[in-house]
Amino acid sequence: MSDSPADLKYTKSHEWVRTLADGNVEVGITDHAQSALGDLVFVEVPEAGKSLKAGDTFAVVESVKAASDVYAPVAGTVVEGNAALGGQPELINSEPYKGGWIMVLKPSGEPQGLLSAAEYQAHLAAEG
Amino acid sequence: MAMQKHPEKIIFEYSRPGRGSYAQFPTEHDTPNTVAADIPENLRRKKPAALLPEVSELEVVRHFTKLSQLNFSIDTHFYPLGSCTMKYNPKACNQYAMLPGFLNRHPLAPDAAGQGFLACMFELQEMLKEVTGMQGVALSPMAGAHGEFAGVAMIRAYHRARGDLARNEIIVPDAAHGTNPATATMCGCAVKEIPTKDDGDIDVEALKQVVGPNTAGIMLTNPSTCGVFERRIKDVAKIVHDAGGLLYYDGANLNAILGKVRPGDMGFDVIHMNLHKTFSTPHGGGGPGAGAVGVSSRLLPFMPIPVVGREAVVGKDGDQYRWLTEKDLPQSIGRLSAFMGNAGVLLRAYIYMRMLGREGMHRVGEFATLNANYLMAVLAKKGFEPAYPGRRASHEFIITAKKQKDTLGVTAMDFAKRLLDYGFHAPTTYFPLLVPECLLIEPTETESKEALDGFIDAMVAIQKEAESQADLVKSAPHTMTVRRLDDVRAARQLDLTWKGPQELRSA
Repeated sequence: MSDSPADLKYTKSHEWVRTLADGNVEVGITDHAQSALGDLVFVEVPEAGKSLKAGDTFAVVESVKAASDVYAPVAGTVVEGNAALGGQPELINSEPYKGGWIMVLKPSGEPQGLLSAAEYQAHLAAEG
Repeated sequence: MAMQKHPEKIIFEYSRPGRGSYAQFPTEHDTPNTVAADIPENLRRKKPAALLPEVSELEVVRHFTKLSQLNFSIDTHFYPLGSCTMKYNPKACNQYAMLPGFLNRHPLAPDAAGQGFLACMFELQEMLKEVTGMQGVALSPMAGAHGEFAGVAMIRAYHRARGDLARNEIIVPDAAHGTNPATATMCGCAVKEIPTKDDGDIDVEALKQVVGPNTAGIMLTNPSTCGVFERRIKDVAKIVHDAGGLLYYDGANLNAILGKVRPGDMGFDVIHMNLHKTFSTPHGGGGPGAGAVGVSSRLLPFMPIPVVGREAVVGKDGDQYRWLTEKDLPQSIGRLSAFMGNAGVLLRAYIYMRMLGREGMHRVGEFATLNANYLMAVLAKKGFEPAYPGRRASHEFIITAKKQKDTLGVTAMDFAKRLLDYGFHAPTTYFPLLVPECLLIEPTETESKEALDGFIDAMVAIQKEAESQADLVKSAPHTMTVRRLDDVRAARQLDLTWKGPQELRSA
């Protein structure tokens, strides 16, 4: 069973969302997602200032198996992309919820339709 | 054939200063210095070329012959690489495509001097029209992806010509070949992905949700990369056409339906055909391909040029062939190559189709499907899990090794690597992405039952190894020239340049 911390919110497309003290949100991909992709070899992170609609592709993660788009869980403006991933894409594999964060986003509204950790686990179980 | 077991040096490592072969220089008096005598001084290289290999002709021949002996190829091994149609290419196709009249033909020779070649190309266009049910065929795209580009460019040109400028979305199922969304993006379209249902068919309800006034078209492979035939294809065609979009057929899996069903009859408007896969050219190394495109009547005016035309000549017996150009097709999307595509591949396709004839064409699809279904049925009986157990396979099918990964820690990739030790090229792994731990297996029609049984025996033996000595499988291959490669490190620390001997690199 993959790890999904209780203090985060999730999407069905396997992104996680952490609300920071200043109201911005940190976004990454889940432990389940990194495990399914395998060892990551390249991550394209978004540039600061980019404006996103919910569901927009904001990053690309590439492993030796596959290249996948990562979708914005909420609308907003990119505050920062995780530059460390350029040289160390493996951070997403080793610590998906910490050093493997992909972007910080200033949300333009209340996030909608996100899943709790329990709901995300149930979604994973249903996906098989 | 004995595989060479020791690694071959890089050609630069054979290099010795001053060594070379001058046999190919124009005259016996020419040397690398004098042959360039008429090149103006200001255009000449000032510094010597850095570190080009200086080797004799014999060293070059031996080097590349040894490299070729390291290969897996159709001529040496069963090669069930899914979605690639690695079937046997009859030697006759190669032989006749290399007749001196074809080989020495200059691409700029006047049409009158190349009527034989042009007649072959015209007949190839006609045969491809017949076998796909399309209204026109253009031969010039040089590869599958090039054909895709031509196809989507024609779809865009069609909408533009009608003043329908908002249509900039291409719908692509999640099981599609990666080239499909890439092509749509290259042509300036946005990609809308739709999901595949658990039974392998695309989700028609999801399709209904995404079509609309922005829909330029949909790109489909049928049978899909899940190895099953899209059963509701006529519904899909109606939904997309009713919304004002066109249908693109990715011909990568054409081998499955050859002579049985025609994309034109399913409602497709444009198709690319990987002639090198289905119609007899050895491929797989990035070598020359051919991505001929077929179109419905809607797209006839937009075909890439040149196309071969035939016309009667007054007062003369027989017809005359010529290249059609912008004058004949003023709405053409234009030229995609300097001349008219990869002539050698096109000739092989022509000869192959003539050898098969109408009867043989049917048998390609029948036997490709029979072989895939036999292989899937026996592997299932031996305990392997088909990804779509309720469905009949097309020319290929998917086995998922999820169970093996969860219970034994042995992955699809481990099976693939261990198959090399048993003398089989690995199937396609980890594609399509939506099936976990998948092996996409395409045996093709040219393999005997004995070859298929040999593959089954190897899979069963590897399963036994996985159960009793998993490390043996996880560390495979053991008998190849190079062992398990670190593909993660290779991708993370990409280094493709030979920088000279160690002593030079540090200097």
